[in-house]
Amino acid sequence: MDVPLTIRELPREKYVLPGHAACPGCPEAIGLRYVGMALGRRAILVIPAGCTSIIQGLSPGSGLAFPIINVAFASSDAVAAGVSAAKEVLGEDAVVVVWAGDGATSDIGFATLSGAAERGDNIIHVCVDNEAYMNTGIQRSSQTPRGAWTTTTWRGKAEPKKNMPLIMLSHGVPYVATASVAYPLDFIEKLRKAVTIRGFKYIHLHAPCPVGWRFDPSETVEIARLAIETGMWILFEAEGGRVTISPPSRPYMDKSRRKPIIEYLKRQGRFRNITEELVRELEREVDEYWNMLIKLSSQ
Amino acid sequence: MRITLTGNYCVAYAVKLARVKVVSAYPITPQTTIVEKISEMVDEGEADIRMIRVESEHSALSAVYGAASAGVRSFTATSSHGLLYMHEMVWWVAQARIPLVMAVVTRTIGPPWNIWTDHHDIMDQRDTGWLIAMAENNQEVLDETIKLFKITEDPEVFLPGIIGLDAFVLSHTVEPVDVPDQDTVDSFLPERRQPYVIRAGDPLIMGNIPSDLVRNARMRWDVHLGLRNAEVVIERVDREWGKLTGRYYGGLTECYRCEDSKYIMVGIGSWVGDMRIAVDSLRDEGYPVGLLKLRYVRPFPARRVYEVVKGSRGVVVFDRSISAGSAGPLFLDLASHIHAMRLGVPVKNVVAGLAGVDVGYKDFENIVKRFVEEVEGEGWVREFLEFYPGR
Repeated sequence: MDVPLTIRELPREKYVLPGHAACPGCPEAIGLRYVGMALGRRAILVIPAGCTSIIQGLSPGSGLAFPIINVAFASSDAVAAGVSAAKEVLGEDAVVVVWAGDGATSDIGFATLSGAAERGDNIIHVCVDNEAYMNTGIQRSSQTPRGAWTTTTWRGKAEPKKNMPLIMLSHGVPYVATASVAYPLDFIEKLRKAVTIRGFKYIHLHAPCPVGWRFDPSETVEIARLAIETGMWILFEAEGGRVTISPPSRPYMDKSRRKPIIEYLKRQGRFRNITEELVRELEREVDEYWNMLIKLSSQ
Repeated sequence: MRITLTGNYCVAYAVKLARVKVVSAYPITPQTTIVEKISEMVDEGEADIRMIRVESEHSALSAVYGAASAGVRSFTATSSHGLLYMHEMVWWVAQARIPLVMAVVTRTIGPPWNIWTDHHDIMDQRDTGWLIAMAENNQEVLDETIKLFKITEDPEVFLPGIIGLDAFVLSHTVEPVDVPDQDTVDSFLPERRQPYVIRAGDPLIMGNIPSDLVRNARMRWDVHLGLRNAEVVIERVDREWGKLTGRYYGGLTECYRCEDSKYIMVGIGSWVGDMRIAVDSLRDEGYPVGLLKLRYVRPFPARRVYEVVKGSRGVVVFDRSISAGSAGPLFLDLASHIHAMRLGVPVKNVVAGLAGVDVGYKDFENIVKRFVEEVEGEGWVREFLEFYPGR
């Protein structure tokens, strides 16, 4: 990543086509576009149940120009491991990507993910995290942040968001990164780096959902950017366990440069009933996490 | 090569001979020695197989499904709770029309924990769209496993298949077995065929939401038709194998002394061996009894059943599992077909051997004698369903 990637260098070939069925402002459609730009015709996508099951559009047609195997909820990393093994046996070039939501990653599919990570299967797992079960209608997941309204946490979720990137880092896999739909070049560079590394790669993509988070569909990228600017979401990567804060997040290592988190929270209807006390609590959690990552990155 | 092998090792040898490329499995008693043996063959450099040593059975079938979708011959094996745990994927693989082979070492289901054989695990899969074969002995385990690769990869079928073998009675018991050489198997098994292959650069999508529910319904019915087509393919492949090795098994079924029989015993799996002995001794005592062994549970050999049962005076079906609240699943299949074909033959269902209870030829003799007396005395069966707990 010595020479930064620029928009002019990105391929013009499109992988998200008219006819896809994403909601207006959908971050997953944005993310899939970047997967296409990063991996092009080398990609095979394995997709468990979730929003992208719908976004693909209706068979026998499709709004996505990738080869895709749709699979049962808890199976995706194992299916991908099989595809990857078969392609190696056949000597065919392919980059096998699991494109899974937060439910399929950190909840129902967690054992499968953990198994593939521990085995070092040669795949990339992208967790496209919209912080709730959006496809079934906004129910809480382990990735829903504390205080957020969902249709199964009417007074706001009481528990904190499970920290998946650090859990995956603890698996000792060769590559872990976080990404955001607001920073396409950062995400694309991370995907391209992941391709060059053999073994299990994990990328956690922050994906604000206008429907579930209650904001205007025109603001998806803005909300995603605010998450970075307030420090609520931190972009970093870890190669061989070595943590590096990524350029878009680097300015915010300095707490004084971060925007107050309330600027991020107040733009989203899901935090409408959040108390001042809880905001302070979230602020404290953000600071703690930053301190931990800074410590990890200086080692 | 004639050597002594357990049923589980027969599976492992068949997998190697079939030149399987990817194997994934999770250990469970009594399946474990299959994957242990395959792992040993891989580590010793005897077999060119990629092993994916997964963390669960759900992942085992998922991994081989991925590998098979991506274009290589793949195999997994399980038992009992492992099979139930992967049940979701059992459906998925069949409905995706991806040929692959799985060995199911039949074992009862808990609670309580119990490792002995019955057929509740394998019978629980009979609606999924898989071919389900049941072996009587270790030679049949080896032969049928090899054949299943050819049958499942036939364009008329394109469905996955299960080879069932009974826990311990076959899985852990050694028998002398003829192991064909690699050239023989190579001449028998063609290159892998499958309906589609997922590959990079080809934007094929498997399994997105249908725009047309009628089309979706036809796909579901087509799985049924694939299984019906398999009847012909199983017969053809069995004859080919017979020519090559001298072992033709009779296709979907095998009849033992049915020709001049008046009463027919029906069964699957390892206890068919005991049924043969029972038939012989019953014949010696003058009972006109024959045996219909079903080699396949799916497709259900309805036509063969019709031919054998027509003109008989009574049929007794032995089930090693029960669809609780109804009757034994083999009986349900057989009785409904017999009735629909207006055969007017009395059918009795004996549910026995549950939870691994041993049922020997003496038991079969006694049950069949009572059955014959019942039908000859009453002209029909008094109670169609009988539970035989064991002695």
